[in-house]
Amino acid sequence: MSIVDRQSPLDGTERAAIADLIAHYPTARAAAIDALKYVQKRRRYVADNTLQEVAHLLGLSAAELDEVATFYNLIYRKPVGERVILLCDSITCWMTGRDALARHIEQTIGIKSGETSADDRFTLLPIVCLGHCDHAPAMMVGDVLHGDVDTAKLDEILHIKGDDAR
Amino acid sequence: MSAIPTKPLTRNITRGEIPLDIASYERADGYVAVRDTLGKVDPAAIVQMITDSGLGGCGGGGFPTGRKWQLMPTRAQRPGPRYFVVNADEMEPGTFKDRLLLEGDPHQMIEGIILSAYAVQADVAFIFVRGEYVTAIERLNIAIAQAAAAGLLGANIFGSGYNLSIQVHGGAGRYICGEETALLNSLEGKRAIPRSKPPFPQINGLWGCPTIVNNVETVCNVPHIVRYGTDWYRGLGANGAVGTKIYGVSGRVNRPGTFELPMGTSMRAMIDDCAGGMKDGYRLRAVLPGGASTGFLPEDQMDVPMTFADMAKRGTRLGTGTAIVLDDRTCPVGFIANLQQFFARESCGWCAPCRDGLPWVERTLKSIETGTGVARDLDILTEMTDNLGPGRTFCALAPGAMASLQSGLKYFGDVFRQHIDSRACPWT
Ligand SMILES: Cc1cc2nc3c(=O)[nH]c(=O)nc-3n(C[C@H](O)[C@H](O)[C@H](O)COP(=O)(O)O)c2cc1C
Ligand code: SF4
Ligand code: FES
Repeated sequence: MSIVDRQSPLDGTERAAIADLIAHYPTARAAAIDALKYVQKRRRYVADNTLQEVAHLLGLSAAELDEVATFYNLIYRKPVGERVILLCDSITCWMTGRDALARHIEQTIGIKSGETSADDRFTLLPIVCLGHCDHAPAMMVGDVLHGDVDTAKLDEILHIKGDDAR
Repeated sequence: MSAIPTKPLTRNITRGEIPLDIASYERADGYVAVRDTLGKVDPAAIVQMITDSGLGGCGGGGFPTGRKWQLMPTRAQRPGPRYFVVNADEMEPGTFKDRLLLEGDPHQMIEGIILSAYAVQADVAFIFVRGEYVTAIERLNIAIAQAAAAGLLGANIFGSGYNLSIQVHGGAGRYICGEETALLNSLEGKRAIPRSKPPFPQINGLWGCPTIVNNVETVCNVPHIVRYGTDWYRGLGANGAVGTKIYGVSGRVNRPGTFELPMGTSMRAMIDDCAGGMKDGYRLRAVLPGGASTGFLPEDQMDVPMTFADMAKRGTRLGTGTAIVLDDRTCPVGFIANLQQFFARESCGWCAPCRDGLPWVERTLKSIETGTGVARDLDILTEMTDNLGPGRTFCALAPGAMASLQSGLKYFGDVFRQHIDSRACPWT
């Protein structure tokens, strides 16, 4: 899916897709999370004007939809980088060295948990147990799950080494 | 009938392989139970069968599935829509069993839903999958499309007069979505805040309609019970328990992973025989038997059978059945602090004791861990285990959080005091 300008008004494709999502449920409101996830996938995050437009399509006030948007961990109401790193910080990953991985990211990319790199390429966020504890420490980068992560593997996944950008 | 399986839930699962498509699944005795049941067997007879099987909920509580289903009003009593919802939220730290079933054999999940929904006469089913399970969502959608193309879903399935559609709903994160009434709010497009019970979802669930919520693993058992019978199912268990269970273990063991074993297998057998025991240089200190909301089982009780009843007798819970090992090189205070950080962050904020209490617990533990704790902190923590305990909060999240703290204070009291007296963590 191509990334559209993050704050531009919803285009025809997006409006049609949201209408389609609404058709899956008995009420329009039930499509709120699907719709937010859909626009976020195209725009990386849900800007205020996007939220207002989506709310209108769902028959909700912007405040009602924001109440939903701000509740869920995977809906971003602030800009994030091109690739979001979700680094598990639950128990087994904590025991097996996730804090060292977070430090490594800070040293190599220069971001702490919750921050986005200056070049806009990465955002680092903590995440609840990814259900991959038998391969701890685990993380997701975008939609891709990675297990048994160590600093070497981390560099490889994030293409930190080498001059070829990503 | 092909060979009767001893590990029914994982018989089609090969790690690292893509799951069976519908043709291969049917060749492996799949969907036979659906073909033999829909329009041919009275739905009430299926409910009875599940009751007789002794199947208990695998979402953590072990509540008898048949009894849950019986509480749903009949179509005659309550006309209108009826829903069947699969809880695939799996965010309990240390738990990775539902992922295996969803990714490993999605058709088993679909077959389980068809039979369960038929039993309670629901015509719409939702699978609520946590958003991070991208692969599971993809594979379920493929399986649903294949099943629909084969006439196993849709209107008037096999001329039985029974209609069913299944929809996958990918979540957007938040542990509380796994609590069944919060899950229903989330499905309705609201904040995932628990609802008061009663009324239970069976009476007033999704959009006020009768609704059953069951865990992934629970539902995956159903096709096998229907196909091979309750006697066969009951005979699979050990130490007085019935059926099999997807157990698992993570932490410093040689082979962390999931294992389908007779329900009632001992913790020691799982850890030593299946997971290859502890890694060199590590000693087992205690385990959380089934996720972050269960209390510690100390090392001298490893022979306890892993059943809901036996774990309750030892003051803990079986929970999800995926154990987390606390080893001797990990600080118990740090371990518990990490668990409380999770609960504090994931509290939905609806009720004050949990919203305000958990962050307090987290801060207190972190100060003890870093050597700035004082003796009175232990009294505060002990008080908290009561204030946030069962019956004190709106849902079971906070009492679940207190399980590891309360048992940790009991088993590792000396370690807490050592941190306070020496003003440092002995492990760092
Ligand atoms: C905070 C909290 C989180 C829960 N998370 C899950 C979960 O992720 N998956 C699940 O099946 N049950 C979860 N449960 C239990 C459900 O509320 C419910 O009991 C279960 O889905 C019922 O299914 P079962 O009878 O098949 O076990 C959770 C409960 C609480 C209190
Ligand atoms: S106990 Fe915690 S998670 Fe449950 S309703 Fe209260 S605030 Fe929400
Ligand atoms: S604790 Fe990190 S994946 Fe489970």
